[in-house]
Amino acid sequence: MAHSVNFDLTADHMEAGLESPADEEGVHDSFNQLIEDQRQEALELQELQRDLDEEERDSVAYLSSPGQEIWRGSPGRGEEEGGGQLDPLLEERWSSATLKVLSSMPSRTIGRSRGAIISQYYNRTMKLRRRRQSRPSIKDFSRSARPSIRGYGMETDCMETEGVDEEGRKRDQLVNNLQNLSLSDRVRMLRAMPLSVAEKSELRRLADRKGRRSNHSQIPCCSQLKYHIIIALRHSWYSCLSFLHSLQLWQVALKRVSGRFGTGVLSYFLFVKTLLFFNIFLFLVTGLLLAVPQAVHPPTLTQGHEAFSGLELLTGGGYFSDSVMYYGYYSNSTLSKDCRVTSSSMEQQPSPSVSRRTMETDCGVKPSYNMPLAYFFTIGLAFFITCIILVYSMSKSFGQSFRIDKSHGILAMKVFCSWDFKVIKKTSVKLRSENICIQLRDLQYRSRIPTKDPLLKEASLLALPVVVSLINLLLPGIFNATAWMEEYDSPSVNTYIAISRNLMLKVSVLVVLCFHWLGRIASDPHSIGLQCWESFVGQELYRFLLMDFIFTILDTFFGEFLWRLFSQRVLKRKRKPVFDISRNVLELIYGQTLAWLGVLFTPLLPAVQIIKLLLLFYMKQTSVMMNCQSPRKPYRASQMSTIFITLLCCPSFLGAAVCVSYTMWSIRPSESCGPFRSLSTMFQSGKLWVKELETHNPNLAWLAWAHSYIVENPLFLFLAAGIFLIVIYFNTQVVDGQRKIISLLQEQIENEGEDKKFLITRLQAIHQQKRPLSPRRLTSQASQDSNC
Amino acid sequence: MGTTASQLRKDLLSEYQELTFLTKREIILAHKRFSELLSKEDRNVPTPRVPMEKVLSLPELKSNPFRKRISHVFSTSDMKDGSLTFEDFLDLLSAFSDSATLEIKSHYAFRIFDFDDDGTLDGGDLEKLVNCLTGETDDTRLTTEEMRQLISNILEESDIDKDGTVNLSEFQHVISRSPDFVSSFKIVL
Repeated sequence: MAHSVNFDLTADHMEAGLESPADEEGVHDSFNQLIEDQRQEALELQELQRDLDEEERDSVAYLSSPGQEIWRGSPGRGEEEGGGQLDPLLEERWSSATLKVLSSMPSRTIGRSRGAIISQYYNRTMKLRRRRQSRPSIKDFSRSARPSIRGYGMETDCMETEGVDEEGRKRDQLVNNLQNLSLSDRVRMLRAMPLSVAEKSELRRLADRKGRRSNHSQIPCCSQLKYHIIIALRHSWYSCLSFLHSLQLWQVALKRVSGRFGTGVLSYFLFVKTLLFFNIFLFLVTGLLLAVPQAVHPPTLTQGHEAFSGLELLTGGGYFSDSVMYYGYYSNSTLSKDCRVTSSSMEQQPSPSVSRRTMETDCGVKPSYNMPLAYFFTIGLAFFITCIILVYSMSKSFGQSFRIDKSHGILAMKVFCSWDFKVIKKTSVKLRSENICIQLRDLQYRSRIPTKDPLLKEASLLALPVVVSLINLLLPGIFNATAWMEEYDSPSVNTYIAISRNLMLKVSVLVVLCFHWLGRIASDPHSIGLQCWESFVGQELYRFLLMDFIFTILDTFFGEFLWRLFSQRVLKRKRKPVFDISRNVLELIYGQTLAWLGVLFTPLLPAVQIIKLLLLFYMKQTSVMMNCQSPRKPYRASQMSTIFITLLCCPSFLGAAVCVSYTMWSIRPSESCGPFRSLSTMFQSGKLWVKELETHNPNLAWLAWAHSYIVENPLFLFLAAGIFLIVIYFNTQVVDGQRKIISLLQEQIENEGEDKKFLITRLQAIHQQKRPLSPRRLTSQASQDSNC
Repeated sequence: MGTTASQLRKDLLSEYQELTFLTKREIILAHKRFSELLSKEDRNVPTPRVPMEKVLSLPELKSNPFRKRISHVFSTSDMKDGSLTFEDFLDLLSAFSDSATLEIKSHYAFRIFDFDDDGTLDGGDLEKLVNCLTGETDDTRLTTEEMRQLISNILEESDIDKDGTVNLSEFQHVISRSPDFVSSFKIVL
């Protein structure tokens, strides 16, 4: 059977490079070509079959030729299983001879025939030789996963008639190629060959023997020296690697883990090992270059060393604070070796010049160690090397794990690659088998979407509001607990900090929610399967409002009622718990923000809010009366009220207004529902009406004119804002003026008062001059009369 | 290339180190474990062979569903009984070692999965493969209908030249897309 099928397609289809092909088109192109060839071959084979059927009796001998050591079972499969194969190639009934031809096709033998492997590696070594010698100008099409079959078809057909010689010839060629490669390439090629050790050692022996014979005569003595050096280097490299591998840390433990849990869990432990090596490297570098020199030359201590007590291990201070462990210990000078053993470095150097001279006489060269420089460069170097190692291992790992075209072919990948050979324990094996079975079944029936219980689906929508309400409930408690640990200057600072923390929590929650609704859902509603996203957002807000209410009820019950019982019965406190005003008010503000946000999407949401507030009022009233005590600290009510109203206006209302304006101005409304169905933005409805007004009623055209030139005109807004600012300025000036007048008037009143004082004292004085005359004259006359 | 009962010759050790992906330490350990498997009278034979049952009694292979196929693939015995010499054993460990290339692993994986040794994975091979993967018990086995569907899906995905079987190149193409294959195709002593 000398029928030679020409498989030499193009010069570019070279190698069975088994790298993952980056350019899949090329691969598929080559396969298309091969499929065409195969169809051609099938037709030719059909002709052959007719010929062979006649010759079969005579060709029994060559059918069982031992030339090819093909490891397979019985070749004579009469019938192909009709497993629903698509190709007509297999639906025919082939004779055993044809089947033998089929089975000796290159695509089917590449995996098992030794001759095929040798041939494949012959081509590879040829390529490698060519590459090592010169840069090839032809671009190697090494992406095909087919073996090189240039001229190969001829050999396999001839092999059956020529027997062992063909394979021997190929082997000799391979050996020849191996000789001409460098030593490292040869070793690498041999190792990568999927042959048994016996065959590989035979090849190596042949290659070495021939090589040595030629080497000794040809290579001059300098290259021989280089050759020996390379051999020595290689040996030392192998011994170094063996040493590193023999340091196998935790080998037994890792094997036990992988045996039971598999590769996934093992990766965690390998990561621990990697981190350990990084830290060992860092420790060695800093230890050798910093700690050891400093420890050998301890600096003089200004104060005494603290005694060692056990607490240092926890706090890191105490005894450790003046040791090599910390930065402060390291001296900022150049350390120099003190040659005199007896002189302790605890004493000060008497006079540097004298000591240096004596040192120079005692020892020749003085090794000095510049500590600041060393410190700086050691840390920098350590980080630099760590960075390089990390980047290198990251890129290597990325290269190994990056795969293109992951989306299809998952089932085949799962079947071929999912078995973890590391798993040894029987129970783990059984678990994995079950898992694989389940996964295969799932992948099979991926098309069938399981019908979910509709009620369950609806209830799952409540999950997000519950989570948010929980966050709003629990985190302020945590903030209070942390505030209890912190020390503040005054209790009002405490209150303000609590309010601001709570406020920031609620603001961030609302911002995230708004972004989620407006930024994600509104921009692409169809990706989640929503027809009417505004209704969905309205429903979400309704749910949030309701959940908030439910959680407030729960909080009132548990937080106030039960806490009161607990603190009275168990903790035996005399006074009841305090009603946390700021927290409750912030809850109300949060609820109101939700209501304002939702009005656009759910116009009747304020009604829900009304009901909620009514119920809340009565509930909180009962709770406060039953459970709480009057506050001890004086509460500055008007100031807090101002703050709360400001909060209601500024982040709450303003935020809601911004969201609503953004929705009206920029977001595209749903096309199938709502009053803005066909418009590009909600705001457009106003514009359309204005246009309509122009056309229908020219009298009101000035309204349209006013709208377009005043409201939409930014100049108008600037002017309005300017006027507003001027008015405010004017008012502040008026207030200032009035303050000045008040102070002047106060002065004047003072002055008037002084005048009054002056006049009263003068009046009194005059009065006193007049009155004492009459009673004194009478008494003096009386006394004069009594005296004669 | 024989091994003495207790120690491996130095030149053999370095040769094995060069020809396989194993390190010196691993080869010595393999030698130790292999000697334990040998019966007393076999130890003095120049190239002793360990019968398949003994090989399969190794804890690393005992629970592996592909253990018989592994033995058969690496065995160089003429009687095809799955018995291994020491060098076969080294071949096995080398293919399953940490440093073996993807090509070697995929080559041997292909041969392990090729249950009828005809050089390609056809429907029967794939069926036996899936049965090995899903386990021995009845409740984890797939039904005939599921199996048929699964195999036709696999062939549709991986049989590029549409000849109804998966040959080595197609197999390697599938394997190359899975980055975890190299790490899971490992056996360490």
